[in-house]
Formats: sequence, C-alpha cells, structure tokens
Amino acid sequence: MKFGVVVFPGSNCDHDAWYSISHNLGHKAEFVWHRETRLSDLDAVILPGGFSYGDYLRCGAIAKFSPVMSAVKDFAAAGGLVAGICNGFQILTECGLLPGALIRNRNLKFICRELPVAVETTDSSFTNAAVKGQVLRLPIAHGEGCYVADERTLDELEAEDRVAFRYLDNANGSQRAIAGILDARRNVLGMMPHPERATDPLMGSSDGLVVFESMVGALAERR
Amino acid sequence: MSAITPDVVQAHQLTPAEYERILELLGREPTYTELGIFSVMWSEHCSYKSTRRHLKKLPTQGPRILQGPGENAGIIDIGDGWAIAFKIESHNHPSFIEPFQGAATGVGGILRDIFTMGARPIAVMDALRFGPLDDPQAGARNRRILEGVVSGIAHYGNCFGVPTIGGETVFDECYNGNPLVNVFALGVFRHDEVFYARASGVGNPVIYVGAKTGKDGIHGASMASTEFTEESKQKRPNVQVGDPFLEKLLLEACLEAMKTGAIVGIQDMGAAGLTCSTCEMGSRAGTGIEIDLQHVPQRETGMTPYEIMLSESQERMLLVAEKGREDEVVRVFRKWGLDAVTVGVVTGDGLLHVKDHGETVARIPNRALADEAPIYDRPYTAPYRAAPMDGPTFESADPGADLVALLTSGDLCSQRWIWEQYDYMVRTNTTLGPGADAAIVRIKGTETSVAMALDGNERYCYLDPREGAKLIVAECCRNLSTVGATPVAATNNLNYGNPERPEIMAQIVESIEGMSEACRHFGTPITGGNVSLYNETLGEPIRPSPVMGIVGLLGTAGPVPVEFPRAGLAILLLGGLGDCEPRRFGGTQYAKVALKDLWGLPPALDMDLEARVQEFTRRVVGSGLAASAHDLGGGGLAVALAECSFGAAGIGARIQLDSGLRKEYLLFHEGPSRVLVSTADPEAVRRMAAELDVEAPLIGWTSPDWLEIENRGVRVVHLKVEELRALWENALPSRLGELGPGGAGSGAM
Repeated sequence: MKFGVVVFPGSNCDHDAWYSISHNLGHKAEFVWHRETRLSDLDAVILPGGFSYGDYLRCGAIAKFSPVMSAVKDFAAAGGLVAGICNGFQILTECGLLPGALIRNRNLKFICRELPVAVETTDSSFTNAAVKGQVLRLPIAHGEGCYVADERTLDELEAEDRVAFRYLDNANGSQRAIAGILDARRNVLGMMPHPERATDPLMGSSDGLVVFESMVGALAERR
Repeated sequence: MSAITPDVVQAHQLTPAEYERILELLGREPTYTELGIFSVMWSEHCSYKSTRRHLKKLPTQGPRILQGPGENAGIIDIGDGWAIAFKIESHNHPSFIEPFQGAATGVGGILRDIFTMGARPIAVMDALRFGPLDDPQAGARNRRILEGVVSGIAHYGNCFGVPTIGGETVFDECYNGNPLVNVFALGVFRHDEVFYARASGVGNPVIYVGAKTGKDGIHGASMASTEFTEESKQKRPNVQVGDPFLEKLLLEACLEAMKTGAIVGIQDMGAAGLTCSTCEMGSRAGTGIEIDLQHVPQRETGMTPYEIMLSESQERMLLVAEKGREDEVVRVFRKWGLDAVTVGVVTGDGLLHVKDHGETVARIPNRALADEAPIYDRPYTAPYRAAPMDGPTFESADPGADLVALLTSGDLCSQRWIWEQYDYMVRTNTTLGPGADAAIVRIKGTETSVAMALDGNERYCYLDPREGAKLIVAECCRNLSTVGATPVAATNNLNYGNPERPEIMAQIVESIEGMSEACRHFGTPITGGNVSLYNETLGEPIRPSPVMGIVGLLGTAGPVPVEFPRAGLAILLLGGLGDCEPRRFGGTQYAKVALKDLWGLPPALDMDLEARVQEFTRRVVGSGLAASAHDLGGGGLAVALAECSFGAAGIGARIQLDSGLRKEYLLFHEGPSRVLVSTADPEAVRRMAAELDVEAPLIGWTSPDWLEIENRGVRVVHLKVEELRALWENALPSRLGELGPGGAGSGAM
C-alpha cells in the first residue's frame, strides 16, 4: 500500500501525516510536490494540514490552481481514495470536490483542542473499520473550520449518509456540527479534525488510526 | 549626502563621545550611511554595551555545551549524535507600538535564529507581561495589547508550523506602558548539521536570500534602545511586518540548501538587517565583505543605501557559499520560489565595504562595528525599590474566599484562552503541552525528550534583585524536575529600565550575579540570551523582570500529570510545609491580590535544600511512584492543591495539616523547594525521602468533588471543585468580555 502526501508550499502537517502512516501505521508513504502532474503509482492521496500558499485570499483558494490538484481530481475521478485533512478539507471544498465551505470559527479565533468526534457512517473507505456512533478523541487546530453550506446541501449530505464525522463539542460552530464529509461517490473525504495527530498513545490519543486502517482495509479489498 | 552635525549624531542616539570614537576608528568623518550603520551596531540592542561587563559573570561552560553565547543560539548535546539549539529573545518595544505585528515578528526573529544554525524549530514558548486588564485607566489598552500579542504569536507560529507549547503570563501595573513579549524557541539537529554565521573563504560569494528589502523597521534596533515618550506612537513604521508563510518557505529552503554542502556560513537578518549580518559574519571569520546594493532585491524603488542597510524587513538571510557552487544553492531557493542573489564577495581586508552601483557608500572595519562598540561600566548604587520592609496587619475573614480571589486573578487563573489559540501539537512531538509545570517534546528517532520552562517574578526581583533571580532559576529547575527532567542549560532574557540610572543599573548587576550563582548551583550554564533595556514609559520603569528559559532532558514516556487522577491516593508534600515570617510574605500573590500590597523580602531560598528536593522529585517521578506531581509556586500550597484538583476526573483532596503557622501563611506562603505528589505507595516515597534528607509529610488524600483543608482540626477551606474550576477557567475570558463555555455557572461561593 502506498500513500502519497501532497506538499504545497506552506503545508505544515505533511510530515505528521507521513510519520503517522509510515511509523505508526506501518505503510509506505511518500511526499508529492505541488508541481507534480502524475500520481500514477499511488493507492491513496492525503492533502495535509497547513497554510498552502500562505492561505492568502482564502484558505485553499490558491492551492486549487496548483498543478497537483488537476492530478488529484483525475485520481479521484478514477475512484482513488483522497483524504483532505484541515487545510486539505478547505482545498477540497475550494476546488469543488466537496460541497460547502469552511469559514472562520464562530469565536473568530484559532482553536487548538482535543475534542470528541462521533463516527456518523461506517459506509466509507475511511470509516469502515469503526463502529457507527463510535466516539473518537481527535485534535482540531484551525482558525477557519466552521463548516457551512446551504440547507439543501446539508439535507442532501444527511440524506445520502455522507456526513462522516460530527463534533460532540462543536467548538468552531459548524452547521449541524459537521466535522467531516464524503463526496457522492464516497471516495473523497474532507475533515477538519486531525486523525494523523492521534495515532500514538504518547500523543494522548490513537483514535485517529481507525481512519487510516479503514483506508488500508478498503484498498486491500480492491486488490 | 547630508552633513554630519551634532544634531544628526544625536538623532542617531550616539553620544558625542561615541561619535569621537567613530572619527578615531575611521580616521575621517563618516558618511551618512556609515553613521547609520554605527548607530544600529552600537545600539544597546545590538552591542550590549551596558551589560557586557556583567554578562561575563554568567557561567557558560558545561559538559553538554557545544556552543555557548556569541552565536545566533546556544547548542547543547542531547546524546546519540543529536543536539538542540535554543534561545530567548524579546520584542517588547515593537509589541507596545503594534501588538500583533510586534509579537508576530518577535516569533519570526527567534525562529530564524534557530534555523540559521541548521536546526529545525520544534517548540516555542512565550513569557508575556501586560498591565492589568481591569486597570481603571489603561485597562482597555491592556486588553487590546493582550489580544493583539496573542493573536500575533498564534498567527506566526501556527502558520510556520511550530508548536507553541507553553509559557507564562503575568499582569502588573508596572507593565501598563511597557508590555514584555519574550519568545523562546528550540530546534533539533544532528551534530554534523550545525552551521555557523561566519563568512569564511576569501573569494566566496555572498548570497542574499528570502524576502525583498523594504523600508520597514528602519532603526528598529535603536528604537528598542530608548525610552518611550508620547512621540513613540509616531514610530509605527519602525515596526516590521511579518509573513510566516515566507518564513516557512525560507526554513525549508535553508535546511535543504544546507544539505547540498555548498554553504559555508549563514546568518539571518534580524535587528539591524543587512548591516548586522554582513559585519558580524565578517568579524567572526576575520574576513571582510564587499557588497553592491544594486543587487539587493528591493520591494520599492528609490531606496537609499542608508535605508537598504538599515531596513529590518523580515524573512531574509545572508549566506556565504563555496565559490563555484552558487548554482546548487540558488536552485534550491528557486524551487521554493524565493529570491537568491549574489550581492557580494568575501574579502581578506577585514572591511565592510558597501557599494551602490559601484560607488563606495561605506567602508568600515568589521571589528569596529561588531567588537569595538563602546562598553560602559555604568555606575550603580543600591537597587531601586520603593517598598517598605514591613507590611500591614491583616487577618483573613474567609481563606476560601481568598483562594477564589487568587485563582481568578490574572496571574493564577487558567490561561487556556491564550494557549488554545496556539497550535501546540503540530509536528506531533508534544507529550506535555501548555498548562503544566514544564512542557515536553519528544525527539523522534531517539528515546530522549526535552523539557522546557520559562519563569520570571518581577515582585521578588523588585524586593531583592539578587535573591529574586536565584528564586527564578530555582523555580524553573523545579518545574523541570517536577515533570521528571534533569535541568541542563539555560537562556535568559534580561528586561529592565534605563541603565543610565544607577539604581536601575544596580538591579541589573545584582540580578545577573544572583542568576549566575544559582545557575552554577543547579548546573545550568547559560548558552545565550537577550537584554532589553530602557523599558520605561514617561519615566516610569518596569520592575526588574529577568526571565529564565531552562531546558532539561528525560527519557521519552507518557507524562505524569499535574492533576490528581483518582480518589484514594496519598498526597505528600515533598520538601515539607516550609516556614514564613511577616517580611517574607510581602512578595506573594496573596499580598498582591488580597492585600494589594508589596513589602519586605522575597521568600527565603536554601539552594542546597532546593537541589535535594529537586533530585528527590525527579526520582519519585522517574520511578513511576507519582500518580501526579505539581510544584508550589505563586499562591503557595492552597493554589497548588486547587490546580491539582482541576483534572477531567474532578478529583479534589481532603487535607489535614498540623502546623503552628498562621492560616494565611500556611495556605498561601510561597516558600520554594516544595512539590506536591499523589501516590499509591506513600511508604516507598517516604523511604526515598529519608535517603535524601528531605521532608515528605503525608498531608492528606485525594477524594471526589471537594477541596477541603483542615489545620489542627479547624476547617479553613471547603470548596466544591467543579465550581472552583469554573471560576478559574472563566476568569480570563470574562475579563476580556467573553464568557467561555459554562461561563454562566460562576456564582459566588
């Protein structure tokens, strides 16, 4: 199994994702530079947290135009697994792979906190190893993580069982406490909490491992 | 070019005598650009001219020291071929003028000091000092400064991707017109990855990398070397503007370029910008540097040589590459989208030779700038203090209410509102984050972790700068010992008023000497630091505010928490209840909060006992006997017990004391050398105590829901943990006009 971790200028959780996959999960991970245009030999792509291109203009707005994102779109269209974490989630909404938007936290401040997050569906390649309703302790660390979308989109996400995670402590004020969502084909995930920061008991929680283990399981089944 | 008149000299904050010295060193009148260069290099900020004589008294040697003072940061060996670089630096003056950018660029500056040495920054901490948030006159401004500083630190550190893992915040009226922002940073690397700021190799190219040079921050270093007046508000253009994204790119590009092996030396452009980096790199290597300013990337047109040389634009570095291998270096910077331009060459003549389009605008011996700055032996008398030796008579009507007052005071309340705005986990090394006695990061690829703590106490130092400084070192080392770490090395930030006043100079001298004695005693040599003087506004100096940053080492393991994890554990007070007398109580938080007073002397410190208690604490924590551990600091025993009760489990304590001390002293005195632990095996701890000749009385048991303290059968405190915690948690947000979650439950008790 080979994971690719995209490195945009300004990504700063790229190393954490790489470390958790290669050291704590025990699978191969490699960095993918933002100028890369082909993702041929990867099984899954992680868009990591950070401040891609400085997040000027709007979080993720510039990353949308990077060469690697065209490749990521093709990769997703071909059914490849794409997980955007934090800034990665913001990028996925900016480039239209996921609906809605992430705006400033309701308290207008950056929030770094470990909080409880419920697994809302196990019908996905990112949550199949979890139990529905399972509560994960995951950290958030963002200034713009308040998920918003129009009512119809929110209803649709719920009706199609595409809300992957929901906050039990809705610190950023997301609509319907949404912490993570899936695309219609269920192979693209965006989530604000950081599962890669919770893959080692030494860091206080290893609850995030289930996301990566689910991906590994789903990929193994495909082979 | 303007003529150099006495007014021009004075405007550059050079004394007539200093100007005479310049004439002597040059053998001629300086050009305007040269005058500007001398003024920044000879400023207090860059030259340490008032303190250098006394800084020499500090211990700088030790078995782990790989690099002591004099470089961008100190380096210590942590074993297995690994090393850490760390330093603390102030950005006090800019943070008063423009809190957000002032604090942000403070973070940026210290981070560059770390990665210019080749180390990857893995932790930041901050020591912050503000005026009281509810001050009748300055409260609104103090709140704005606090909010600006915290969001500036968050903005820069979070985007750069370094965790801000702790620190301390203190509120005192002496900071009303002069807040302090001291930022500590620490980085990690291998021994063979260390780079120095030396321009070696005549003929090697000098390369400028990073952001373009603009007109921001011109004369920032000399601004930081004068007192504030009403006109200071006009100095806003002197404050630099930071771009953490650019700094992140610069970090990655520098570390990658260093791997090429083509870099000979490198230094960041911080205070005094291009001037400082050129002459210091040349001076250290005994070489000269010749640059032509036409090659310097510029953000705007029409900048004069004076402006280019003195600009403090952020996110810039100067490096010397091996001749013929420039392309290898330039290629890496291009990859990261950064400017990298050869601006000059290393020469053998020892001169800083600055040209503009081929025409010489400055030609000064490097040593004259970097090493021959005037050094002053400023007169000093007795340290300034305007506090009586004897305090008021007082009697607490309700110690429980006093405890609530202390726990909701600015210095002792929960600072979650501050540290939750910092990403304290990025890079996944933080095993113990903000809110504990010390913070810990593990070093990936090793079994070693690094603990760090920042401490200061301006009340103690005001009453007695020498004893106060010792107490700070002791507390910092105790913080580290409480998390199981052995203190190994230190950095200091010396914040004071105007050194030209003998009674202020005395504060500086006495506290440096006290610090020196304590650092020797606890085996923590100083590897570098920063001095910030002229912290006065309208003639009102801050209290002497030295801040220590001390680093300790320990094996990587799950941390021992501050909080009691469960009921039924024995609570032991390592070091015993201690003693107090009226004069030793005047510097305490109780005197500050409950009595609004300051008198007498700081608590008495016995450094031998302190060292034994620390050794004992490390053994108890290291052996796994402690279920929780927390050292006593501001607010004494009662505050420490309350803080131990604020865990998720809501476990409090039933304490039964047998002491003849009056209740206010017993509960709130701040005698050092004391640590609270909870344990399932009190006998084992007490046996260990006997071996080290340290008292370790069993003072009570952990129990659910209530904090109850009795002395000789009389109940003096009885409070519900949940209610107390809500008050403690909400104190800061409510002072800022924001109620945190659960804020409604703050009824009086």
